[in-house]
Amino acid sequence: MTTANRTVQFKIYRYDPDRDAKPYMQDISVEIEVTDRKLLDAMVRLKVKDDSLSFRRSCREGVCGSDAMNINGKNGLACLTDMSSFPPGKPIVLRPLPGLPVIRDLVVDMTQFFKQYHSIKPYLVNNDPLPERERLQSPAEREELNGLYECILCACCSTACPSFWWNPDKFVGPAGLLAAYRFIADTRDQATSERLDNLEDPYRLFRCHSIMNCVDVCPKNLNPTKAIGKIKELMLQRAI
Amino acid sequence: MKYTVRKFDAVIVGAGGAGLRAAIQLSEAGMKTAVLTKVFPTRSHTVAAQGGVAASLGNSDEDHWHWHMYDTVKGSDWLGDQDAIEFMVRNANECVIELEHYGMPFDRLDNGRIYQRPFGGHMSNFGEKPVRRSCAAADRTGHAMLHAMYQRNVKVNTQFFVEWQALDLIRDAEGEVLGVTAMDMETGEVVAFHAKATIFATGGAGRIYYSSTNAFINTGDGVGMAARAGIPLEDMEFWQFHPTGVAGAGVLITEGVRGEGGILRNSLGERFMERYAPNAKDLASRDIVSRAMVTEINEGRGCGPNKDFVLLDITHLDPETIMKRLPGIHEIAVQFAGVDCLKEPIPVVPTCHYQMGGIPTNYLGQVVVPQGDNHSTPVPGFFAAGECACASVHGANRLGTNSLLDLLVFGKSAGETAVNELKAGARTHKPLPAEAIERTLARLDRLNTQKDGADVHETRLAMQRTMQKHAGVFRFKDMLKEGVEKILAIEQDVGRTQINDKSMVFNTARIEALELDNLIEVAKATIVSANARTESRGAHVRDDAPNTTEHPNGRDDKNWHKHTLWYRENNRLDYKPVQMKPMTVDSIELKTRAY
Repeated sequence: MTTANRTVQFKIYRYDPDRDAKPYMQDISVEIEVTDRKLLDAMVRLKVKDDSLSFRRSCREGVCGSDAMNINGKNGLACLTDMSSFPPGKPIVLRPLPGLPVIRDLVVDMTQFFKQYHSIKPYLVNNDPLPERERLQSPAEREELNGLYECILCACCSTACPSFWWNPDKFVGPAGLLAAYRFIADTRDQATSERLDNLEDPYRLFRCHSIMNCVDVCPKNLNPTKAIGKIKELMLQRAI
Repeated sequence: MKYTVRKFDAVIVGAGGAGLRAAIQLSEAGMKTAVLTKVFPTRSHTVAAQGGVAASLGNSDEDHWHWHMYDTVKGSDWLGDQDAIEFMVRNANECVIELEHYGMPFDRLDNGRIYQRPFGGHMSNFGEKPVRRSCAAADRTGHAMLHAMYQRNVKVNTQFFVEWQALDLIRDAEGEVLGVTAMDMETGEVVAFHAKATIFATGGAGRIYYSSTNAFINTGDGVGMAARAGIPLEDMEFWQFHPTGVAGAGVLITEGVRGEGGILRNSLGERFMERYAPNAKDLASRDIVSRAMVTEINEGRGCGPNKDFVLLDITHLDPETIMKRLPGIHEIAVQFAGVDCLKEPIPVVPTCHYQMGGIPTNYLGQVVVPQGDNHSTPVPGFFAAGECACASVHGANRLGTNSLLDLLVFGKSAGETAVNELKAGARTHKPLPAEAIERTLARLDRLNTQKDGADVHETRLAMQRTMQKHAGVFRFKDMLKEGVEKILAIEQDVGRTQINDKSMVFNTARIEALELDNLIEVAKATIVSANARTESRGAHVRDDAPNTTEHPNGRDDKNWHKHTLWYRENNRLDYKPVQMKPMTVDSIELKTRAY
């Protein structure tokens, strides 16, 4: 087992509106230890070196969705990105998630992203009188929610989607649409028709052109494009 | 520095499980409520809970809340308050069913009911044999729960202040709580949230230790704020070390793995838990399993080149079961241990996981302090729930899956009590004491102008290493004493931390420094309380309190069957009796604990 430390080069998008007239790319290097398996470990060391570097992070195990960023041109979570996955000798380029306003450095303003998530009414609708016990659902029915409910709202997908870049106010985006289908697919939910009405519009759903960037970047290996396809199918079924 | 004042009926600090559950009560009751959270709600650490939430639904095995109560009292090593424990277990079914009604995607049994799995210390018929009591959504129960509760809050229009760092509790001269000061991280703006009811749901402080399953954000903000405002902290010497953190990385591997049949093995391949807990084996209580693991390692039966971990083996389980019931664990093993757990065992070590102590509360969620003859007098306007609070249901050792239950039951009850007080008109907006807010501003000003100060990272690291070494799984008289001195010295550095970044915009260096102000309060409370408690009980085990016939397991009920109360002022310690009288049933009498 090697115990040697090594130095890693970074190029990082920096912008502090309090101090900088415009954004710039900072060249910075840091020494990491072999136990620093993940990009986030290296970034924590960078933060020790330069405390002004701002980024979000929390669980460091890929479930909270805080540390999404653009890593060498591709969206991902810093805590799930292996340091060994980077080609040696080349600086690691870190930028904020594309398409959202930058608050500072790698911290983006996610208002628009969450607005779209909220727009699909992300909660169970069931107007029956509440049963005393749990509502029943067969294991097969429950399995329909697999691949949908695990979303961590990191926004890697929506901010990798050209349709979301052009129309973030009108197109729900892959994360929101995945959530919409999560409720449509739930046998306990009674609002399928209203949910489809909510998406029946030239933009909200139909701006998805199956480019599949969302699938490519999802750190939880979910497939929003497939979910969107299923919503489109339901739309079609109800039209004929 | 300037600040503005905003008025609300209620302010909730924290939007993890407890905060979100309390918010549902307040929003549904139509109260004007502000929920402050330093991260977007679904990023709170409840999201990382894996194995399940306890409720005696009896979907797979016969079960009863009274058995659950017995297990919880026994798990707590009789330090839990039996009225609060009875309240929690009796409300478990209702709270879990509510979650299902909110839409939480629990796994299901063939008959359509909620899936339940076995967990450590959960037994049927007063300790007889393991029972399936943990209601689970695969191994992502916390994630499924937190999202379902956030979604419910979206439905009932809760007002969130996302990425606001709470700074200090506002208390007036009479000791009443009138709100909190907080900072908008995006702009640096300081606001005094003036409220008739203030609910703390700020989670734990596992980051006082070097190696922790906890998220970066678990810095004990509410606990630190309460301590600075003169509220005592209860039973802070009791910290849970989870048996199965990934060696090196610290990331949690759920006890549900052992619930599904996983086995701990030492370097000889031996299932060593058979020797320590012949009945419950790998599903003994967490404190017992963690000590067994450390003993194996200390006696040279650890694995790996440095013999410093043991192995969690599930290679004998059906791969389909693993991928269905433990998909997240498979992912974590690959990501953080570099092993495919279908084929190889996972290297694990006991890792700091949960704070049993906290802000003292009763089962109504009211914060209670000694006053005159009454050791549990409510502090007007102040409530707490979840890991930051000490109800006390976990006592000296928490049972797995009781944490999610705690935050549901007491989040709801704190919210309900606040609603009742507000509806009764019992609370008004008393005038804000200017000096309370001045103290916050002075603290910010000190940090902004500090020169030749202490480095935040180095100071935090020194604290974490000290806590790890001096107050770990096994505790030693001399080490504790030395640890107290070291932590008090580190406290001096915390008082003179310096940041280079002075920007007002999303300044995370400033936030980390402010978090350290809270962490150090927790560290002090922990080590001072641990140093004083000269017995072994639950998670607190000392070399000078060994297992003897007079004191089985080192427990000394005559002198130490009582709750610790630590006060920040002069590190003063006080004690209060354990509530042995449940709400309706007979007391569960003191007994030696064995699994």
